[in-house]
Amino acid sequence: MAHPVEQMDMTDPMVPTLARILRKRVEIPGVVTFELEAPGWQGFAPGQFNMLSLFGVGEIAISVSGYDAEPDRIVHTIRDVGATSHGLSLLEEGDTMGLRGPYGVPWPVADAAGRDVVVVAGGLGLAPVRPILYHLLANRGDYGKVTLLYGARRPEEILFTEELGQWRAQLDMDIEVTVDHASPGWHGHVGVVTTLFRGADFSPDTTTAFVCGPEIMMRFAANALTDAGVAADDIYLSMERNMQCGIGLCGHCQLGPYFVCKDGPVFTWGQMRRVMTVKEL
Amino acid sequence: MAIDGLEKIVAGHDLFAGLGDTFLSTVSGCATNVRFAADEYLFHEGDAAQQIYLIREGHVSLEIAAPGQGRMAFQSAGPQSVVGLSWLVPPYRWTYDARARGDIRAIALDADCLRAKCEADPALGYAVMKRFMPTIVERLHHTRLQMLDVYGTPG
Repeated sequence: MAHPVEQMDMTDPMVPTLARILRKRVEIPGVVTFELEAPGWQGFAPGQFNMLSLFGVGEIAISVSGYDAEPDRIVHTIRDVGATSHGLSLLEEGDTMGLRGPYGVPWPVADAAGRDVVVVAGGLGLAPVRPILYHLLANRGDYGKVTLLYGARRPEEILFTEELGQWRAQLDMDIEVTVDHASPGWHGHVGVVTTLFRGADFSPDTTTAFVCGPEIMMRFAANALTDAGVAADDIYLSMERNMQCGIGLCGHCQLGPYFVCKDGPVFTWGQMRRVMTVKEL
Repeated sequence: MAIDGLEKIVAGHDLFAGLGDTFLSTVSGCATNVRFAADEYLFHEGDAAQQIYLIREGHVSLEIAAPGQGRMAFQSAGPQSVVGLSWLVPPYRWTYDARARGDIRAIALDADCLRAKCEADPALGYAVMKRFMPTIVERLHHTRLQMLDVYGTPG
């Protein structure tokens, strides 16, 4: 499966380059993180995604979950849920996969400077917001209060537990984790992620919120944030649809007036709140 | 503690914030300050629901014991939460256990006392009910979300 890694062809956005797996880490059963190298890759902004392909099987859109200040490390966290992600999950260090990108509108992290920041993540949604957290921690003095509210299905399904512990230890970011279904021995919060809002310390008028997770969870979280007084256009969500070309040509990811791959995946709640409740979309 | 002090504490809890002085005084007449140590139970499943707890500090784990699985926490409640809604409807019996996860400070409202006052003064009853309804509806919504298992593997 190992191939020489070629220089990235930036002339045709539909042609993938070969990205080599430098490191593979099993986060939890069914979820792996790959660190890739792809010479010529131009780096990314938090919230952008790459199209990853397993030749002969398929191509999927996966958000970059690494740190944008380390553009040589392309980090992706993948859950094994379909044929392509399953095949990718089976790859090992030294193997290669196809990579196109990065694509999409990023999280406006820099625009949140001087404001409180609330990051709400659910399940695997912690991966696409991890670049935000890296950025906030590296530039901590530029922001007000920073809060991470994270919900997972079970304690065993909490992602990035080591980093969560390290971030907590820094004492300059409030981190609350809750699970929907507690296991014996779990001493943390139990309940959906929106239950964490009650104890969160932020000033609604000057808060920017970044929300990522299953769509239902994002709707509830965005509503809870607006109920708390955060403006709809200060709440950003990362949407997921059937992204195929990644550049707004094919139309598979159309969501109302938007192509999620090109106009998103990051949108404001102000843009999304109506289209997200239309079940035909 | 003097009633004045209790009134202030009751008024400081989210549930009764903004309640008028007269109603606040009436409700506070049913209130006492309570503390629980870590792992102490506020109440047990099957017992009569004789108190409503307004949590001031600490976290409470709401649990149900299942054969072979021990106690299973289905919800936790922290500061400014209300623990105990079973006092509202007959047969006024707890349907789960409530265990202190750490030291707890709370206001306990005597359910018989509060029900009697609400019956005697429908305006108070309506005001109290309006304050409990959002908690009930919120719990229903949260339970729905938990049941939907939104973080589960698609397909």
